[in-house]
Amino acid sequence: MKIVAVTSCPTGIAHTYMAAEALEQAAKDAGHEIHVETQGAAGAEAVADADIAAADAVVFAADVEVRNRERFAGKPLVQTSVKRAINDPTGLIAEAEAAVKAAPVAATATPTAGGGDAGRPVAPTRTGGGGGGGGGGAAAFGTQLRGWLMTGVSYMIPFVAAGGILIALGFLLGGGAVKPKVYGGTFEGVTYQAITDYTQVVQKAGWAGLLFLIGATAFSMLVPILAGFIAYAMADRPGLVPGIVAGLLANLVGAGFLGGLVGGLLAGAIAMYLVRLKVPRALAGIMPIVVIPLVATLLSGFLMVVVIGKPIAAAQTGLTNWLNGLSGSNAVLLGLLLGLMMGFDLGGPVNKVAYTFGLAALASGNTQVMAAVMAAGMVPPLGMALATVLRKHLFSDAERKAGETAWLLGASFITEGAIPFAAADPIRVIPATMAGGAVTGALSMAFKCGSRAPHGGIWVIGLIEKPLLWFLAIVIGVAVSAALVITLKSLGHRASDEEIEAGMEGTSLPGRRAATA
Amino acid sequence: MADLITPELVDLNLTATERGDATRSLAERLQASGRVTDLEQFLADVRAREAQMPTGIEGGIGIPHCRSVAVVEPTLGFGRSTQGIDWGAADGPAHLIFLIAAPEGGGSEHMAILAKLARKLIHASFRDSLLQAPDPEAVVTIVKKEVLGQ
Repeated sequence: MKIVAVTSCPTGIAHTYMAAEALEQAAKDAGHEIHVETQGAAGAEAVADADIAAADAVVFAADVEVRNRERFAGKPLVQTSVKRAINDPTGLIAEAEAAVKAAPVAATATPTAGGGDAGRPVAPTRTGGGGGGGGGGAAAFGTQLRGWLMTGVSYMIPFVAAGGILIALGFLLGGGAVKPKVYGGTFEGVTYQAITDYTQVVQKAGWAGLLFLIGATAFSMLVPILAGFIAYAMADRPGLVPGIVAGLLANLVGAGFLGGLVGGLLAGAIAMYLVRLKVPRALAGIMPIVVIPLVATLLSGFLMVVVIGKPIAAAQTGLTNWLNGLSGSNAVLLGLLLGLMMGFDLGGPVNKVAYTFGLAALASGNTQVMAAVMAAGMVPPLGMALATVLRKHLFSDAERKAGETAWLLGASFITEGAIPFAAADPIRVIPATMAGGAVTGALSMAFKCGSRAPHGGIWVIGLIEKPLLWFLAIVIGVAVSAALVITLKSLGHRASDEEIEAGMEGTSLPGRRAATA
Repeated sequence: MADLITPELVDLNLTATERGDATRSLAERLQASGRVTDLEQFLADVRAREAQMPTGIEGGIGIPHCRSVAVVEPTLGFGRSTQGIDWGAADGPAHLIFLIAAPEGGGSEHMAILAKLARKLIHASFRDSLLQAPDPEAVVTIVKKEVLGQ
């Protein structure tokens, strides 16, 4: 049998070489041929491509990221810690033998729990430290999926925080007019032209306008970053470009964060498939930097625009017509529906329909619809923020941090503040944000509150009619939303989440770790 | 390039019973011979590596090591402990302690020597001869012969 192996450790001066020596000895004793690449401080002598091509099995004994691991794609893999290779090289070689025997079956099998993931084809997954899967296929996939989403969310959160706080500061300092001053529109009967030369933003919209512009720009990266790093988690670097482009296209077709989520998963899946594809050696060199990004970007982009974009546009038109048909009927029911929509995709297409409906009503002199829409849109971030305070242990560290900024974002009617929560756990969070929004929307209508401002949240309280009741409607919705998300998360709380978090922390900065090794 | 190891860097009767103390007593020898400029910096770097994962391996071996700006020459400090010191290995305490000091940004020939040393450590014959070495000079001879081929 022919084996290729990579050993690496944090410092790269001791264990890397001990593991290499131990593996070479054990392989020789067992009558196998082995080539070991020591990725240590003495410089890695790369295993020859011909040796990789001829190898029956791959062994990674590594405590830090294996560099250029895509070279080994498609071979039966045993992956373990560097110490295991030193302490039990014979057992490890035996595992490699088993992996080769199991290889044809192993392609579809779930990773074995415990020390080494025997027989798993090389796939650059970043979920779980070592063999974190366990359990059945569906459960393992669920864990993996959540790991991918959490990676995307963890990279997105700083954009939400930085952008959201700057936008909120813009409103705080510049009032509700700051947005139309920058991007054009009508506020309190005054129509503003959109700024075309952004270097003029301070002169035309003041420092508040500048803050708003910077914040809004950071916010525009939210979905691309989410999608990009979901795909990155799935397919490593080749997934990044198709993921980011899918996210940009999700913005373009107005598909919101749910569209970005789908786009990121699509792009990641396509790139993952291409990474595993066996290609002629001549092509292998340009696969990760040219072929995979190109093909995966084209395919996922096509799907985003043609397959996902069109139905969304059609659905938006349908929803708008439906809402227009409802206008004359029960106001409380309308508020409830608008609230559901605001809480559903948090700035996505459905949310936009409700918001645009509110704008149209405001333009025709009806302030009550706008008040209901704004109140309902403030509930999701506030509800999640409250939940993270009430039940810390149900949320990851990243989510708790997002919760801290979500107070300000919610108060500023920046519904997107809830996206980190919804993207990480859509099935439990979205029902809660919808329910809270619905309650608030209905109450705001029932109380006959009004708003003369189309945005701004708490910072335009002076333009709210019946502000105290409006505030009460929000508080009740926030309580409902927080209670529901806590209930749903408690029902389905998985102990393994902590593990995923730990695994992510360990793998999220491969570059920096490699540098210190 | 100075010798990888000299008799002054060998302690065949390590009295320390704890990882940190044992490392410090060997590191002081490295400092006394001018191979480590800043003892505390060096120890902090060793601790940082040890904190990532204990360096003990099965067979009674501890390999505290680091790359550090406080190191002048690639150096091996060697200690032998009769009662053994817990070094985080599953099968018991370490009797042979190898303190490996590598200069930060050391050239590849430096690192190649340390790599050869590391490879030797897993050989039972190398360990046994060190366990039986009668005096520091014998240790130096064994290391030079096995690692440097001198």
